[in-house]
Formats: sequence, structure tokens, C-alpha cells
Amino acid sequence: MEQLRFTPFLIPMNKSFTIPLLWLLVAITGAAAVGGIALNRGESINALWFIIAALCCYALAYRFYAAWIASTVLMVDETRATPAERLENGHDFIPTDRWVVFGHHFAAIAGPGPLVGPTLAAQFGFLPGTLWILVGAVLGGCVQDMVTLFFSTRRNGKSLGQMARDELGIIGGVAALIGTFTIMVILIAVLGLVVVNAMKHSPWATFTVSATLPIAMLVGIYMRHLRPGQVLEASTVGVLLLLVAVAGGGWVDGNPIRAWFDMDGLSLAWCIMAYGLAAAVMPVWLLLAPRDYLSTFMKLGTISLLAIAIVCLHPDIKMPAITPFIDGSGPIFGGKLFPFVFITIACGAISGFHSLVASGTTPKLLANERDIRMIGYGAMLLESFVAIMAMIAATVLDPGVFFAINSPAGMVGAEAAQAVAKITAWGFPVSVGQMQLLAQQMGEATLFARTGGAPSLAVGMASIFGSVFGESLLALWYHFAIMFEAIFILTTLDAGTRVGRFMLQDMLGNIWPKMADTSWTPSVLITSTVVVACWGYFLYIGVIDPNGGVNILWPLFGIANQMLAAIALCVATGILVKSGRLSYAWITAAPLTWLIIVTGTAAYEKLTSPDLRVGFFAAAHDLSEKLAAGLLPAAKAAIAPQLIFNLYLDAYLTLFFVTVLLLVVLDMLKVSVNSLLGRPVQPLSEVAHTPNHMTEQQLAQWGRD
Amino acid sequence: MAEKLRLLWQFVRRLSGDDAYERYLKHYATHHHSDNSPPLGKKAYFKHRMEAKWSGINRCC
Repeated sequence: MEQLRFTPFLIPMNKSFTIPLLWLLVAITGAAAVGGIALNRGESINALWFIIAALCCYALAYRFYAAWIASTVLMVDETRATPAERLENGHDFIPTDRWVVFGHHFAAIAGPGPLVGPTLAAQFGFLPGTLWILVGAVLGGCVQDMVTLFFSTRRNGKSLGQMARDELGIIGGVAALIGTFTIMVILIAVLGLVVVNAMKHSPWATFTVSATLPIAMLVGIYMRHLRPGQVLEASTVGVLLLLVAVAGGGWVDGNPIRAWFDMDGLSLAWCIMAYGLAAAVMPVWLLLAPRDYLSTFMKLGTISLLAIAIVCLHPDIKMPAITPFIDGSGPIFGGKLFPFVFITIACGAISGFHSLVASGTTPKLLANERDIRMIGYGAMLLESFVAIMAMIAATVLDPGVFFAINSPAGMVGAEAAQAVAKITAWGFPVSVGQMQLLAQQMGEATLFARTGGAPSLAVGMASIFGSVFGESLLALWYHFAIMFEAIFILTTLDAGTRVGRFMLQDMLGNIWPKMADTSWTPSVLITSTVVVACWGYFLYIGVIDPNGGVNILWPLFGIANQMLAAIALCVATGILVKSGRLSYAWITAAPLTWLIIVTGTAAYEKLTSPDLRVGFFAAAHDLSEKLAAGLLPAAKAAIAPQLIFNLYLDAYLTLFFVTVLLLVVLDMLKVSVNSLLGRPVQPLSEVAHTPNHMTEQQLAQWGRD
Repeated sequence: MAEKLRLLWQFVRRLSGDDAYERYLKHYATHHHSDNSPPLGKKAYFKHRMEAKWSGINRCC
């Protein structure tokens, strides 16, 4: 197989010295900013430093590390025809403009994950999370996305599961499949919980979020029937209506009809399950597709606005660099800094889920291999930047306020005075009056124990926007931010349920072929119900759990997601070794080793820790003993059996994840060793080189300059 | 200035997929002019695109 080494387009030869000097300047500025953030103690630090540090890191990594990987390790070959060119069929294989592919890819990988994770991880202080977001993205997440995209492109856009099966063996393939399904279930449950906690007893938020459904449908009808394909027109109408819905929520809140939208957590959870089922069965064009457009526009708009606001306002970070909670006593989730900060921030640093997108739609759209760096590496850098923004929004809040919003009632007490006293005793002063004033400004009845990260992010965003664009609009900004998060979460929830449905239909199709027919209504109904029941169960337990549910579910999601990332990196490392690139295999083997250490330790602690807030078995035993001894209050005793069952279930799920991960790693090591010893291994499934027939002119038609 | 605004508008349209149909027609004219079937209509084209887009995993966290 001929492989051309092609570098000039990646590393332009520059005779002048100005460009290297500029890069040196970027490196010095970046080092100064990161150093300033890391070494700062005691005095407040400005949010602008975070932005500068991030941008410098990203620029250097993209220009040097990503370019080196593309040219030297992967040997990206611009003369090679991509699957989109060779197999062009007008519907899934289509050579597409790189900016359009970038947009699709970013919209697909960027959900609510990078907003929630950093907010929760801020309980350790701003430093650990920020460093992990930067280092994890540059050396881990971006590399994973880029190499997966590359290998999938070289294999006609095969999925991660197929690549795992072809390159490593059947274990890898099955592991990727089951891993994906389980992650989907836990992800949807935890995201559902985040929305429930944001809407609980908040008529304003509940009204606004409910209003997004008819608005999305209206946009769907507009794009499908009234003015087909007028994307910008329809989206503008939709975004304007969403803004009206935010303001309308304020009106509802001051009106007697507010009672209709004033719901407790459990009713909201049932509503979300009913909604999830309806959305999975409804045609895509009516709800899912138009809302996806709206959420993408909202995300880009809001994140740019947040960046502008942070630059204009340059607020001071109020959270300390490191809090005492690194010892594992944190109120938001239990567990020490290592390994839990690396589990909590998955999306934004490294997220295994991305490897599914990078080996799905995206490789079928690439017009030329040289776009792989921009799309694989670049889109993940942008997602990492979103995570940095979320970290800033969480840490500009007074730490006392941050902990009052995010600590579950089971941890600090249900009474305001009790909670305030406890949080102040931790060294983060806050008063009941301060919380009441804040809640009033945000148009909410209370902000205590609004766990899940969305409300505190919304308060942070509202205070940043409020300072720049007018204090009087705080309540509007707050509910805008809530709506902004909810719209993503609901999109992920629908899309995830649909994907889960497809996977289940596919699996059942092996037993009874009729079930695989994705348009056969009974099959659609049964599989959708099963998927909704799976995540609905975890959502239900999360809502009734007085410790907030997020404490259990988010780490579980993190472990699952990192495990999928490890599978993707195993596949990539195996391919690198098999194709004779052992000396470069560290680019994926290094992040893989780190992920194995992190997920392994986290899983071990989740299983064996005697700390009731970390160890599943310890918590289950403790609860059983208390229940048997009659020590629990009546309300808790009623739900205790369910909580105990759930703790055991979570424990076995964790055990399952680790076992799967170990099997895949062993599989990869076996294949690598055999390949190095010259024993027979599965052959590389790379498609043979076909020259690229697209002329520069044709490429220009696809938007190249 | 007007030229810059026009380019910006073009970029926004391209990124959002607003001009997808026009690009499809252009592509059809250069690549498939020998086919016997006429290009898809606008409504059918977008229907097609949406179905292709939502048949796999295209959303994560």
C-alpha cells in the first residue's frame, strides 16, 4: 500500500522570522497566563487570564501538535480520495464544504456536558478543573476525536464498534456496542435530572421550557411545509419566539395561572418521561430537527455573547484556587480530587461519546483528508473553550452562594438557616438574606439546593450578562440561561432516546428480523418504551434521592464516558501499532494509560470506599442496617428499599464497566504484541489508496480557498 | 465594505446550511448532468437531507 507523506500544506515554509517570533510570543503569553492562574494564591484573579491561557494553549496545540500528528503520525494525504468522493451517492456520502462539516460536527459533539461538568467540579476550586480542561483537551480529547475521524475516514466511515471488531476482535466490537447503549441511558437520566432540578417549583422556568416545544414544532412546520429549506429564516423566527417565551414566563409567574406550572420534582420527572416517549415516536422533522437548529444557534450565540461579556467585564474569580473539599468531603459529589475531578469533567476535556460522531456521519462528508485536523481537533478545542466559559461562570459567584445553590438538602439540611450555617462553617460565608435577595432578583422562590449545575451556571451567566447589559434584567437573563440549557438537554434526550431505540431494534432484529424494521410501529413503540423505561428508572431514583441524585449519577456517567474514550483510544493505538507506527503510538497510548488509571481508581473507590458518599456497597449496607434498626425517619424509610436496590445496581454497573474496559485493553495488548512479534493478526481494514480526482477548482466549489 | 458584508452573509448561509439546496443544484449540474433523472425539488431535497442526518448517532453530551 502506497502512502504518501505530505507536509507542505500543514507546515508552510516561512523564510521570515516574524512568524516564529509571533508563535514565541503566544507561547510566552500562554505560559504566563497558565502560570499566573496556577501559582496565584490569596489574591483574586481575573477571568480574562483564563481566556488568554486557553486561547494560547489551543493555538499552540493546533498549530504544532495537531499539525505534527496529522503530517507525521497519521500521514494525512491530500491526494487520496475520501469516501465522500469515492462513494458519493447524494445522501450520506457527500463531499461537503469544510466549514459546513465543522458546523455539523461541532453541533453534534457539543451538548450540555461541557456546561454541567465544570460547574460541578468547581467544588474543588477553579484550578484543578481548569488545568484538566486545557491539558485533557489538547493531549487527550482532541487527539481522540482527530485520530478516530482519520481512521474511520480511511475505512469508508465505519463506526467505532465496527472498527473495534475489525481491528481488535469481537470483544472490542461488543464492548463498544454495549458501552454506547449504557452510557446513553445514564447520560439521558442525569441530564433529565438537571432539567428537573432547574424547573422544580419554578413556574417561570417550567413555562419557558414547555413553550420551547410548540415553538420548535412551529419552526419544524415552517421548514418542512411553508418555506422548505429556509433555515436562517425559520431559525430567526424561532429564536425570536424563544426570547418572547422567556419574557412570557415572567408574566406567567406574576399571574394566578402560575399554579399550573408550579410542579414538584417527581411530577416533572414523569412529564419528562412522557415527553421523551412522545418525542422518540414523533417524526424527526416536527420536533427534533428544528429544535436542533434552534439549540445550535442558541449555543453559538450565547457562548459568543458570554465570551464578549467576560472580555468587556473581566470579572474577578471569587472561588479559591483549591478548596478544602479536595479531601473528598465536598457537598456536591463525594470523592477526592484524584480521580474524581477527571471523572466529573469528561465533556470539555475528553469524551468517549465524540468517537461515535467522529466515526459516524462526519467521515462520510469530508471532501479532503486535509480537513481532518480542523474538524477533528479544532471542533473539540471549541468545545473545550465552552467548558472554560462554564468554569468561569461558576467561579465568579461568591463561593458561599455557589455551594448554597449546589449542595443537596440531604447534605446541608433542608432549612435555609441550617444550610447557611453549615456552608459558612466550611469557610464560605453566605447569609439567608443574601440568598433571598438573589432568588428575588432571579425571579425564583428559592435557590437553595438547586443541584445539577444548571441553576448556578444560570446565576453566574445572569450576573455576568446583567453587569454588562443591565442589572434590571437579571431575572430575564437567568431564565434565558435556564432555557438555553434546557433546550440542549431536551435535544440530547430525544436524540439519545432515538439512537437507543435504533440500537435496540438492531439487536432485537437478530432474534426476530421484523423488529429491525425502523418504521414498523409496534417495534418502534416497544423499543422506545424500553429505552425510556431504562433512563426513566434512573431519573426517578435520582429525583427521590434526598442526596440529590447528581452525586451518584454524574460520576457513573463520567466513568462510562471515559470508558468509551478508552475503547476508542485502544482501537487507535492498536491500529498505530499494527501499521508499524509503534514509535508514535504514545499519542493515543498516553491518554489511554491516564484514562485507565483514572477510571480504574474511580471505579475501585466507588466499589470499596467506606465513605458513605463514595462507596456504593458501604452506602447500601449502612442504609440497610439503619432501615432494619428503625433509625430512619418515616419518609426516608419508605424509599429506602428502592435506594438500596439502586446502590447495588450502580455498583454492579460500575463493575461491569471496568471489566469491559479491561477486556478491551487486554485485547488491544494481545493484538499489538502479536503484531510486533510478527504473528498473524487481523489485517488492517484500511481501504486502498485511490487518487483524488477532484481538481482544485472542484474543491473550491466545496468552499476551499 | 459591502463586499465584506456580502462575504460574511455568504459564510453565515453556508455554515447554517441555508444555501444547501443551491449548492446541491450546482453540484448536480457539474456531476450528474448525464443522469436521466432530474435533480430533486427543494422540498424533497431537504426531506432527504433530514432523514440522512437523523438516522445515526449525531448528538452527544
